[in-house]
Amino acid sequence: MRREAPRRLADYAPLVFPGLMLLVFFVVPFGTMTAVSFFRRQQGGFYTPDFVLDNYGRFLSPFFGNVLGFSILLAVAVALACVALALPFTFTLSRMARHLQVLWLVALLSVLSLSEVIIGFAWSTLLSRTAGITNILVALGLMQAPRALVPGLGAVLTAMIYQALPYTVLVMYPALVRLDPTLLEAAKTLGASPLRAFFNVVVPALRNTLVATVIMVFVFALGSYLLPQILGRPTHWTLSVLITDQAVYQSNMPFSAAMAVFLVLLSLALVSLTALIGRKDDGA
Amino acid sequence: MSGLEIEELSKRFGAFTAVDTVALSVAKGSFVCLLGPSGCGKTTLLRMVAGLEEPSEGRIRLEGADITSLPTHQRNIGMVFQSLALFTHLNVGQNIAYALRIRGVARELQDKRVQELLEMVHLGGFAERPVAKLSGGQRQRVAIARALAHSPRLFLLDEPLSALDAKLREAMQVELRQLQQALGITTVVVTHDQREAMTMADLVVVMGEGRVRQAATPIEVYRKPADAFVAGFIGSTNLLPLTRAADGNALLWGRPIDGLAMPAGLASGVLSIRPEDVRLQAPGSGTLDATISFVRDLGATVETFLNVNDTTFISVASPRERGPFAVGHTVGVSLPAAQCLVFAA
Repeated sequence: MRREAPRRLADYAPLVFPGLMLLVFFVVPFGTMTAVSFFRRQQGGFYTPDFVLDNYGRFLSPFFGNVLGFSILLAVAVALACVALALPFTFTLSRMARHLQVLWLVALLSVLSLSEVIIGFAWSTLLSRTAGITNILVALGLMQAPRALVPGLGAVLTAMIYQALPYTVLVMYPALVRLDPTLLEAAKTLGASPLRAFFNVVVPALRNTLVATVIMVFVFALGSYLLPQILGRPTHWTLSVLITDQAVYQSNMPFSAAMAVFLVLLSLALVSLTALIGRKDDGA
Repeated sequence: MSGLEIEELSKRFGAFTAVDTVALSVAKGSFVCLLGPSGCGKTTLLRMVAGLEEPSEGRIRLEGADITSLPTHQRNIGMVFQSLALFTHLNVGQNIAYALRIRGVARELQDKRVQELLEMVHLGGFAERPVAKLSGGQRQRVAIARALAHSPRLFLLDEPLSALDAKLREAMQVELRQLQQALGITTVVVTHDQREAMTMADLVVVMGEGRVRQAATPIEVYRKPADAFVAGFIGSTNLLPLTRAADGNALLWGRPIDGLAMPAGLASGVLSIRPEDVRLQAPGSGTLDATISFVRDLGATVETFLNVNDTTFISVASPRERGPFAVGHTVGVSLPAAQCLVFAA
């Protein structure tokens, strides 16, 4: 393909439409939200234009700190669990016969097509006392009586990992397919057991991919909104839930806007970190 | 003492037989080249010896012990891969020390051994270099040093020099052979380059379609190839159609070759004669006359392309011994019976 630097103004024409879309649907709303985040809230009413830092000041409260801390920890847990599960799975997948790989990838893509609502309610049924998997354990004689596993942190984690795992596998897949299989064989000929060879050779060779994947899943899980509400207790609610609560039920637009801006900036910072790691990868 | 014994080894992938009942005995400390065209099963055979493929049938013995079902990491072998498979997250020294690290060798001993090996492959002082900063030849040496670090009982190399340019490859062939002789390690190399095999090997094993076609010393494989396939693969040769005369003499396009009898029971066959054994002389004085269709003057040698009955064969001679023959001339071709080999068609 011919690549030339644009010379005349008309050469930039193809950029006009996407640029306009970005402006109308992202820059303007985000700008509005940023502006609102500095407005003054009116008790019982809406808000008045102003420039105050009170909304950001509320971040210093222990309640906000707890919610933010929990959101980050939850996202970290989901990201690490996903990568830990997806790495051996994708490694095995990349060494399967071609048609089996396709079958698995189609299955994973079909999981991606499920909405968060369906995933949430499916897991709440699966983990319930009346119709849940504990009934199977009781039937097998492994448990005395069926037990509800929802609401709880375990249920939130399970559903979020279930939702994020296909993304994780799909992000790792290209890197694992490209991985030279003789690296592992070389380690074996040098005396490493298969497991040791995997950790000595495959994991370091994929270091950048793994870091990038962890960050991607982390950002994905940080915005989680529905699953913590469907499957968790109020203590398991994330920052996104808090934002909705403030905006919709407490009518505190400025505070929720401030939280949203903060969340976007946090996500952006992490995505840039991923890009930075990607660039280092190219340089090597 | 026996080094490597391969007994009736076969490998099938579905309906395809990659290696077909191969038997091979390699003396301890000798250098073997598995030679053959691509797809002949030589790499599969090597991978079975390394334990990277499971044989369908047969046994492999190393210094008397049956290692057929021993996993790769317990075989105590060293292997150089075609891709080299250097660990890019480790530096040169760490790559070489990997086998020692796995075996829990003390740090000082590791460092000492790495120094020793680097000296041996002429890379002294390279221990701290990252692998990515090395040239092709240097990577090759690191891969060789890494495979020898734990003093393996068997040294395997899969097309180790194929990524190098011609000059460097020839230099590495000599170096590899000298290294192997100094260490006295039983070595098996897979290659499709017959020059490489002739340079390095004590024993050349020519493979075709999964079978051993001939296993002999390089010069024997060259001088006395077992069949037309081996003759065609080792060096260049002319393969020409032979028929049997009433008196049992061999006929080439109806002309008798003086002193060459057809083997008993063979009505027709293939004549194999090396280009350097085909002599050119005055028309009418040789076995038969041919037309010169092309001359390739390479300086050190001159290749003359000869045409008889729409078949082209080649004569090679040094410029000084060769007469002044040019394209379009008719020349007499002499085929000395002593240099002629006859195979079944």
